[in-house]
Formats: sequence, C-alpha cells, structure tokens
Amino acid sequence: MKNLVELIDVSLSYGKTLAVSNLNMKVPEGSFAAVVGPSGCGKSSLMKLVTGLMPATTGAVVVDGHEISGPVSIVGMAFQNPNLLPWRTTLENVMLPLEVVRPERHQLRAKKKEFTERAMDLLRIVGLESFANHYPWQLSGGMQQRASLCRSLIHQPRLLMLDEPFGALDAFTREELWDVLQTIWLERRFTAILVTHDLREALYLADDVHVMSNRPGCVARTVNTGAFSRPRGEQTFIDPAFNENVMELRADIRAQRMPIEMAATGAPTTPARAAR
Amino acid sequence: MNMMERAGPIVLPLALLIFWELACETFDIPPFVLPSPSMVAVALYNNAFVIWFHSSQTLYTTVVGFAVAVAFGTFLGILVGSSRLAYTSLYPMLVGFNSVPKVAIVPILVVWFGIGTVPAIVTAFMLSFFPIAVNVATGLATIEPDLRDVLRSLGASQLDIVRKIGIPRSMPYLFASLKISITLAFVGSVISETLASNRGIGTLMTQASANFNIPLVFAGLVVIALMGIIMYMMFAFVEKRMTGWATRGATFGIGG
Repeated sequence: MKNLVELIDVSLSYGKTLAVSNLNMKVPEGSFAAVVGPSGCGKSSLMKLVTGLMPATTGAVVVDGHEISGPVSIVGMAFQNPNLLPWRTTLENVMLPLEVVRPERHQLRAKKKEFTERAMDLLRIVGLESFANHYPWQLSGGMQQRASLCRSLIHQPRLLMLDEPFGALDAFTREELWDVLQTIWLERRFTAILVTHDLREALYLADDVHVMSNRPGCVARTVNTGAFSRPRGEQTFIDPAFNENVMELRADIRAQRMPIEMAATGAPTTPARAAR
Repeated sequence: MNMMERAGPIVLPLALLIFWELACETFDIPPFVLPSPSMVAVALYNNAFVIWFHSSQTLYTTVVGFAVAVAFGTFLGILVGSSRLAYTSLYPMLVGFNSVPKVAIVPILVVWFGIGTVPAIVTAFMLSFFPIAVNVATGLATIEPDLRDVLRSLGASQLDIVRKIGIPRSMPYLFASLKISITLAFVGSVISETLASNRGIGTLMTQASANFNIPLVFAGLVVIALMGIIMYMMFAFVEKRMTGWATRGATFGIGG
C-alpha cells in the first residue's frame, strides 16, 4: 500500500540539542501507527515534524507524495489536554476547524446544515450527542477528550495525529476511549499516528508499533500487530501473545533508557519505573 | 452565612460611619480638621446643585477619557499580544510612559489645550489605558501552545488565531482591567481639575479647602467615591453577563 507519511533520515535539532536523528519511518495510507519510547526521546518532535509545524533540520518528511515545507492541512490533531474553548459549546468546539480550514471556511454559511450534521454524527459515535449544547466545564475529563477527538476529525483529515490523548485519564475511561477510537477508525479508515507512553494502548490500537531509541531519537524496532484480529476487545487483553508483546516492548524501552540515569541512581531499575 | 455576606457591604460602612460620628463627638474634633459624617451629609444636601454642576463635568471627562482608553488600550493590547515584533519594540516605551507621574504632564497639557475639559480627558485617558493594554496582551500571549498548533496545522493565519481564540480568550482579562481602569480614570480627571480647571469635582474641592469649608471637601470625596462604585458595578455586571464561562469552576463536571 502507498505510504501516506514517510520520514527519510530525518534529524531535528533545537539549538545545539539534537532531538531526533536518522529517523526513518513509513506509515501506509489507512493504517494505524503507534510510537512508543522512553521519555524525552523526541516523540513530540515527531508530531511537529509530520504536521509540518517544524521543518526538519536534515532529511525529508514526505506526506502524501510531497516533501513538506509547512503545515499540511490534511491533518487533525488531538493532545493530552483537550484544549476545548470554554466560551463555546461542545458542538461549536467540534466545528472550530471548519472555520479555519480551506475550502470549508468559505462554505460555512452555505453548508451550515451539512456541517452541523457531520459534527453531530461524530458526537453520536463517541456518545456525546446529548451534550452537544453543553459547555466544556459541564463535561468530565473523558467527555472533554471525546469532544477533542471529534474536533480533530471534523474536517475529515486523511491523517490523524494523537499526542498521548488519553494520558491524563483514569484507567477505565482510557480503555473505554480506546474502543471509541478503534470504532471511529474502523469506520473511517484514516491514517493515524499515536504517540503514547502506554504500551498496551499502542499494541491494542495500532497496526505497527514503532519503538524509539533514546535521544537523539530514531526508530529502534517496529512491531507488527497483525496477529491480533480486529475489532480488538476484551479477548485481546487475555491473549497470551498480546501480553508477551507488551513484555517485549517493555524490555526494549528499558534497554533504551539513559545509562547515565541508572549509574546515577545506582539502584536496579524496577519494571514499574521502566513502563507505566 | 449567605445573609451576612449580603448584608456585609451595607453593615460595615454603616458601622464605620457610626464610629466616625461618635469619635468626632466624643473627642470634640473641630469640623475644619475632620467633619463628622452628619456634617458632610448636610454639606452634600445644602450644596446639591453646585455639586451636581461640578460632578457632571467630572463624570463627563472621566467617561470620555475612559472610552478612548478602552478603544486605544484594546487595540494596543491586541497588537502587543499577537506580534512579537510589536511586543519587543513597544513594551519598553509603554512601561517608561506609564512610570511618568501624570501630575507632571498636566501643566504641559494646559499649555497645549488650555485649562478645562481637554486636559482632564487626556489625563483620565493616560492613566487608564495602560492596565487595559497589558491585560489584553496577557490574554492573547497566554494561548495554549497545543491549541495554537491545532489551528496552525489547519493552515490558520496568525490573524485567524487572534480572532478565533485570542480575542474571546482575553475578554475576562479585558473586563478585569476595565474595573481597575475606570477608577484610575476618575483619579486622572480629578487630578487635572484640581490643577487646572474651573469646573469639576477637583476644582470644587480645591476651592472649598481654600475657604476652609472642609465638610464640602469631604462631600466632594464622597461623590467621587460613589461615582467610582457605580461605574465599577456596571462593569462587574456586564462582565458577569459576557464572560460567565470564565468564572465557573473549570474542574466541575457531570457524567462519567
């Protein structure tokens, strides 16, 4: 399948600090990729590179067949913080990208009904249709994150970038939202890149899990999860192969941690610290 | 508790007035040193027309100066808050300007515009625009970087970000500053009237104190304070109506 996103020998430096170097990654169109790695390995830099918010210092970022040099408008983004605008209702928040992105911003008045329906459809999938006219302060954290997810998809992006979107949620809500995200993805089949610390989340949602090395980050290993059939659910969690994969990834990441840190603390690393 | 909270703004000033009145009486303080509240009230009543004549002028210059300050301050705030170039080039100058005591500028204004209305308006403006500009700029400059990224990745221009997020977001900051600025505007116009005018509360108080009519001076103070409170309450009311979203608890939620 054609690659929607391809990173070729990319490096990015902030001043003298090299955040990523020799980064190579391919994300086929319509697939779900996850990126995991030790903290500070440049996962957020990857987000900025792929969306074109930051230019690569060297190497090439190819999105949709073109080497990019600025923001690409085929992207939707969601972050750990839902960042809803408190003066807008859920529905108005979800529709915000349509007021900005081209060509929709010029069709707002003409297609208002169609756009509203599109937003309501998304809200229905995530189970928020009865909260469309509520304000963010009336929603729980999980509901706000659902709304944020809808906002990132309203303009029908071909590429969805998720930066630890469930990181701040409690375990139950998080797993609930994994299924919400999986449902939307199975239905719409956009390309997704998920940056996360949660290895189970990565394996559960993605087709390919890319493990990043320590800073300067590059892809150390890629795990394919084709063995677990979709839609994934409860049965995936109890699959021994799934748990084996989690353990392997955990070992990978532990191996990637900064040796200096271990020498400094002098204590053997506990698995709990290695992976959350 | 709720009853007491509601009664507080009335009970406490009343108690203070009674204490003041009793103190004046007990210690037999001469009225030209500290008039008792009842004497101030009598002065207010007896000079009602004169006070109205002067206070309407003060109110007029204050409101005009303040209105210009709101327009100019908001514009400046948006400029400084949304453009790094404007920030670095304008901010030092603004801080410098704000540090200059405005009392010192009034004589210059008199040379330029003559005594009376215009210097009072300009002084009220000069004193009150700065908090507005700083607050609006703060509201714009503290947009969450993630949110900025969301819009930028969609191809939003800086103007789009300012319009969609910056301006609504800085509204609570604007209203907070209006409440501070309106009181500063009164200070500005009264300063100017005190120094160079033949109409206005400031003028009235200068004349009254020259005549040792201290109760009338106090009556002037009371009128300024009342006008300040009324204007403040007006903005507090508008603020509540327009930016209610900002004063609600952000962590309050319903549902799972």
